[in-house]
Amino acid sequence: MVSLIRKLGHRALNLVQESGSMTLFLLEGLALAFLPPFRPRRILQEIQLIGVKSTLIILLTAAFTGMVLALQGYYTLKKYGSEGALGSAVALSLIREMGPVLTGIMVSARAGSAVTAEIGIMRITEQLDALDTMAVNPMQYVVMPKLIAGLIAVPLLTAIFDVTGILGGYLVGVMLLGVSSGSYFAGMVQSVVPLDINGGIVKSLVFGLTIILVACYKGYYTEHGAEGVSQATNQTVVLSAVLVLAWDYVLTSFFM
Amino acid sequence: MIQVIDLHKSFNGQKVLDGANLTIPTGRITVVIGKSGVGKSVLLKHIIGLVKPDRGQILVDGVDIATLRGRSLRDFKKHFAVLFQGGALFDSLNVFENIAFPLREKTSLPEAEIAQRVRLRLEQMHLTSEVETKFPDELSGGMKKRVALARAMIQEPEIILFDEPVTGLDPPMSNTVFHLIRQTHQDSGYTALVVAHDIPEVFTIADQVAMLHRGRIIAQGTPAEIQNHSDPMVQSFIKGEVDFLEG
Ligand SMILES: Nc1ncnc2c1ncn2[C@@H]1O[C@H](COP(=O)(O)OP(=O)(O)OP(=O)(O)O)[C@@H](O)[C@H]1O
Ligand SMILES: [Mg+2]
Repeated sequence: MVSLIRKLGHRALNLVQESGSMTLFLLEGLALAFLPPFRPRRILQEIQLIGVKSTLIILLTAAFTGMVLALQGYYTLKKYGSEGALGSAVALSLIREMGPVLTGIMVSARAGSAVTAEIGIMRITEQLDALDTMAVNPMQYVVMPKLIAGLIAVPLLTAIFDVTGILGGYLVGVMLLGVSSGSYFAGMVQSVVPLDINGGIVKSLVFGLTIILVACYKGYYTEHGAEGVSQATNQTVVLSAVLVLAWDYVLTSFFM
Repeated sequence: MIQVIDLHKSFNGQKVLDGANLTIPTGRITVVIGKSGVGKSVLLKHIIGLVKPDRGQILVDGVDIATLRGRSLRDFKKHFAVLFQGGALFDSLNVFENIAFPLREKTSLPEAEIAQRVRLRLEQMHLTSEVETKFPDELSGGMKKRVALARAMIQEPEIILFDEPVTGLDPPMSNTVFHLIRQTHQDSGYTALVVAHDIPEVFTIADQVAMLHRGRIIAQGTPAEIQNHSDPMVQSFIKGEVDFLEG
């Protein structure tokens, strides 16, 4: 019993310690963006890796999400005779919740794991040390561009997700189930207010930063060879998905 | 001059360095020998500050490197080049970009000049120009080593640390590399620390040899002195006797 409590205490302490050092890691990474040498090309490369490469999976996920939202929404709304509200129902769910959250989860699976593996391999093969000996700060060269890229790419991917989802909903709602095209869009325009959109943007910024932070941190502190890299990759996907959902709750309660 | 003074280092309770003392004179080639796993790479990483000592000091020209921060630390690093045991080539850059990297980062040379220097180093390592655009994972082990050597030597720093420069190379190639180290050393007079097991070849380039054993430098001297050293440990190591492994 005592040992159980001790174990729990140990875990809790570890958790506090890890979130502390992750926060410091984040602050250092972001601060380095404002110090020379500036490497805009590195940031573009990372946007390409994190953003462009996740586009296809975002398009697919978004289309199906929009379609299923329209399908579910249509039969629910029909019971109350208000199929006309389908457009706004689809758009609001996407913009407020589904867009940022699913984009976050897909990015962590697609790009977060890749980032951890990349940095982890650089750690165990001493590439990070080599940078250091060439008087290049590995935090600035490797981590900072990824953090910035996460901040830029994830909101854009979220926007793509929202638009694609709305079109997916249109496909099912209007073309398949016969809701009128005018009411689909008019309802949307009426019910979506700037607060919804701002909330979505804030969420996607926070998610983007969180996912890439976790991915970089786990990679940067990889130990124990190839085994360690695969463990770190796993931890990245699990931890960033959990954090996305937890943040989502916190942020939603702010914006409601 | 680099002085390693009473260096202690343990990893997870396992003692690796236990009071190592070593002086690396300026402008000379110092070779460190010792059996696998004895801590040669760990010693080398202390000198450039990648590993922090548990106890003891590293003085470079009288300055304790543990006291360096920020700007002065960066300037300190500019005097060094390191060949890592595994090469540590950047996976995301091709061969040309890897070799050019330190010049692009540490100097403000024009691109044309950089390209010329990179080609020269590739040639020295008997690498053809087709290799330039390949990525590290498309190279053989020996080719990686040579690209890494080119990347270390192109920096023309005052101090070069070589961690096993010829391991994995065929005999003619390792002779070429030893010859190159000796020759570039004669031309520019850098200070070198070479970790190697290739006995006796490595004695031909050494001004000084030190043997690391059980966390300490147990012998240090000219190649001739080491070859005639009275310590039976040194003798059985350089003769490659099997019972050394038990010792
Ligand atoms: N970062 C580290 N974490 C834990 N242990 C380490 C670390 N680096 C080195 N060691 C341990 O220190 C010891 C010495 O390692 P080192 O790489 O210096 O050996 P070496 O003399 O260079 O051997 P080799 O000739 O095989 O390269 C080994 O037992 C190794 O397991
Ligand atoms: Mg070694």
